[in-house]
Amino acid sequence: MKGTNLGEFEELVLLTIAALGTEAYSVAICDELERYTGRSAKLGVVHAVLNRLEEKGLAKSHLGDASATRGGKRKRFYEVSHAGKVALTRAKELREAIWRNIPGFNLEGSI
Amino acid sequence: MKKPDPQPPKWATSFLRWYCRPRLLEDLEGDLYEYFLRNVREKGPGRARFVYMLDVIKFLRPYTIRKIELLTFITHFMMIGSYFKTSRRNLVRNKLFSFINIVGLAVSMSVGLLVIAIVNDLRSYDDFHEKKDRIYRVITRHQDDGQPPMDLASSSVRVAQRLGGDVPGIEDFTIIRNGFSGDAKVGQNTFPLEGTYADQSFFKVLTFPLIAGNPATALKEPYSLVLTEKTALKLFGNTHVLGQTVRFDTLDYQVTGVAKDVPHLSHIRFDALISFATAYATFGKKDEGFDNWDNVWSNYIYVTLPKSGNTAGIQRAFNQVSKEENKALYRKKVTLSLQPLKDIALGGKLSNNTGPRMTPLMLWILGGLAFVIILSACFNYTNLSVARSLRRSREVGVRKIIGARGSHVLGQFMAESVMIAFLALLFSFGLYLFLRREFLALDPHIPEIFTLGLSVRSVLCFVALAAFTGLAAGFLPAVFFSKINALSVMKDASGIKIFKHIGLRRVLIVAQYALSLIFIATTLVGYSQYKGFLNFDLGFNTENILNIKLRGKDAAALKKELAEIPGVKQVSQSSMVTSLGSIYGFTMKYQPGAASPGNAPMAGDSALVWMNMVDENYLPIHQHQLLAGKNFTLRPEKGKESEIIVNQQVLKRLNIAGRDPQKALGQVVEVDGQKLAIVGVLKDFHYGTMENKIEPVMFRYSKSETWGYLNLQIASKDVESTMVKIESAWKRFDPVHPLKANFYDQQIEEAYSEFSMMVKTIGFLAFLAICIASLGLFGMVVFTTETKLKEISIRKVLGASEPGLIYLLCRGFITLLAIAALIALPATYLLFDKVILARFAYHQPIGVAELLGGTLAVMLLALVMIGSQTAKAARSNPARVLKSD
Repeated sequence: MKGTNLGEFEELVLLTIAALGTEAYSVAICDELERYTGRSAKLGVVHAVLNRLEEKGLAKSHLGDASATRGGKRKRFYEVSHAGKVALTRAKELREAIWRNIPGFNLEGSI
Repeated sequence: MKKPDPQPPKWATSFLRWYCRPRLLEDLEGDLYEYFLRNVREKGPGRARFVYMLDVIKFLRPYTIRKIELLTFITHFMMIGSYFKTSRRNLVRNKLFSFINIVGLAVSMSVGLLVIAIVNDLRSYDDFHEKKDRIYRVITRHQDDGQPPMDLASSSVRVAQRLGGDVPGIEDFTIIRNGFSGDAKVGQNTFPLEGTYADQSFFKVLTFPLIAGNPATALKEPYSLVLTEKTALKLFGNTHVLGQTVRFDTLDYQVTGVAKDVPHLSHIRFDALISFATAYATFGKKDEGFDNWDNVWSNYIYVTLPKSGNTAGIQRAFNQVSKEENKALYRKKVTLSLQPLKDIALGGKLSNNTGPRMTPLMLWILGGLAFVIILSACFNYTNLSVARSLRRSREVGVRKIIGARGSHVLGQFMAESVMIAFLALLFSFGLYLFLRREFLALDPHIPEIFTLGLSVRSVLCFVALAAFTGLAAGFLPAVFFSKINALSVMKDASGIKIFKHIGLRRVLIVAQYALSLIFIATTLVGYSQYKGFLNFDLGFNTENILNIKLRGKDAAALKKELAEIPGVKQVSQSSMVTSLGSIYGFTMKYQPGAASPGNAPMAGDSALVWMNMVDENYLPIHQHQLLAGKNFTLRPEKGKESEIIVNQQVLKRLNIAGRDPQKALGQVVEVDGQKLAIVGVLKDFHYGTMENKIEPVMFRYSKSETWGYLNLQIASKDVESTMVKIESAWKRFDPVHPLKANFYDQQIEEAYSEFSMMVKTIGFLAFLAICIASLGLFGMVVFTTETKLKEISIRKVLGASEPGLIYLLCRGFITLLAIAALIALPATYLLFDKVILARFAYHQPIGVAELLGGTLAVMLLALVMIGSQTAKAARSNPARVLKSD
């Protein structure tokens, strides 16, 4: 099925969710992504990806408690679903399998 | 006090709430708010708001947009019955307010209907042509070097010749030419007849069905004639006239076809068609310039494109052809382009245009005026509905408690206003029928242009107008009601803040009154200016002068006969009637010293001078004032004149004899190759209309002007019997053409008829605007005094005087009216000073009396209304009012 493929950015977002643990909500994910990649992550992009991940069943979400800091609006917390964990592991294995088959790869001279 | 924390723009949040899916909304709103706070810290509140706005718009994506909720939607339909019932009850319960609303909307919409009918007519022009989407007219741009170009609807015969071979992509084309005119002789009878030349493909390109004759060949041979049914009936008394002959002058024309009468909404109109070959045969052959490329004045060419054709290729071919042909022209350029058939009645300005034409700008102005009037009636509705909200808030409260959402209440009130608008439409249609009759009678030219008939399209537009008016009128009240808080209404109905929107209502009243005052002041000032034009001292007499148009026959005999009628004092003759707008001029050359042969001629000067050819009686009849010299004394034959009379401006322009009238006598000027001596100098007078400054004018002598006018000075008593005698004298003189005689003063009135039409139209609109504004104000006054009745009673009990109470109640309204007047009067003054009267070289000063008069009348009307209502309230018995609670 086309929808189950994990795009590069989707993979990053999913990993970030996993890394943040219980604090994974949209703004925090954006900040964390920015910290990792050094590029700015726009809320619009991340929000769309989160929505798509949830649609694909790779992530789950629930609303948290209300807090005064957000104008009384609740946060939506995300966590990686079972299917999401499988997809992440598969992606990692795929890469490693290919890495293993590259003979004598080194970064000499290229940095 | 601490400044409140910066908040994101409210509308952006509302917008987000409106479009976003409920499931995504809460956390998204929170996210955006978090970012907003962060931005406020980092970039400042202004920038943060901007980013917030952008973000809200950026989040408008397929996955965030909410789906239409079918249930809410269906509920509206289920509830329509209930809405209808409550609306009807409300209409009946508040008769005064219903009356004001319905009458106001009906009156204003009738104007809208009229404008719709006018626009519809113009848009339906030439709709009857089968190939209407593929027909184009070839139009011409004619440009002399160093002069602005002239755009013409007409083109040259040469174009038609080139179209045949050198322009690909054309299916058919036809050429027509105006200007056939003659006396048709059938048996013993003679009828004047004007016709249009048309070539043989005329019926192929344009759809004018023939009831007899072959459309392919009817206009092929020279001296062929196609009559319309009406003309055939006029000439022969029946329409079976194929093969009959009609004699014009010395030539016989054969009737080769009978066409159906031309539809009313056609820009091409004709009584008879004459084959184009006739034009060649009669004068085209002799006239060397007939098919010149730059002879672009009297032919009209129409082309049809094939079904899938486009104009780009044709335009390229046109450019090529123009380039080739322009090589032969000296210092000028003629270029061609195509104009779609449907743009002819509603397009830009072209010289030599045929048929009626209205610029889109004019339509916008008309539409704008109608819009303003309708808006005024909508203001009434809005004002009164919001003001009365107290009465209906309980109903809304109950609806909300039962489960209506804001959108349902909104829908209900919109539906109600639309219903009222439709009710008003019924009345307004009746008014429209009356208006239509008045409009068609406004000017004799209007029925020629418009039919204002009903069509499916116009009826649909009427309905759309009513729906739109209803929505516009009901929008604000509906929003207001939908926001009512159900709980607080049910607890204490008086707690609802009905005076919260008082600012809005004040603005609406001021706008209404300012508009009404502008209209009325415009009418009065316009009318006084119009009267000013009619009574303007033109510098000569126009009273009791009857101008008779001659039709090409030498009128010496008629003149003699007319002079013998006892009511006719004097008869003179002129080539034209001045001061009506038509002009005719020649170049005058003057060389100082040329009169006395001894002096060496100096360099001369020349100028364009307007001219009228008159006889020796003309100046006395019109009482032109001679500053020096005398009237024409010699009676020369045509072409042998030696005398000329000029006005002061000629002396000034050509600097003759130091501008001294006495010394100018005897100076010789050259006009049209003739040397003429100045025998008289006239005081300046108006040759053109008030739009032009007084310019140089000359009078030359002519014994007989066969296409000119006879000017009769009529004794002012018993004009009718004199007219009868003049008529019978004319019948003996020229039995073919009907007598065309008009009094000079009437002709001047006609020359300014455009102005009088404008005054009438604006006057009518002023009347409507005032009616509507007064109705609205009346409603507001009634409402305000009703709501304040208790307050008044208590004040009275505590000892307030009646005048004091009236003043208290009136004060607010009077301030509003004063503000309206302060806006309206300067606006009107500027409108006249800078726009309307700027066109006229001569006009009366703008009268303060006219400006203020209308305002005072309107104010007085308003005061009477306010006064009567407030006085009634002030006089009420406080005991009775207070007892009921």
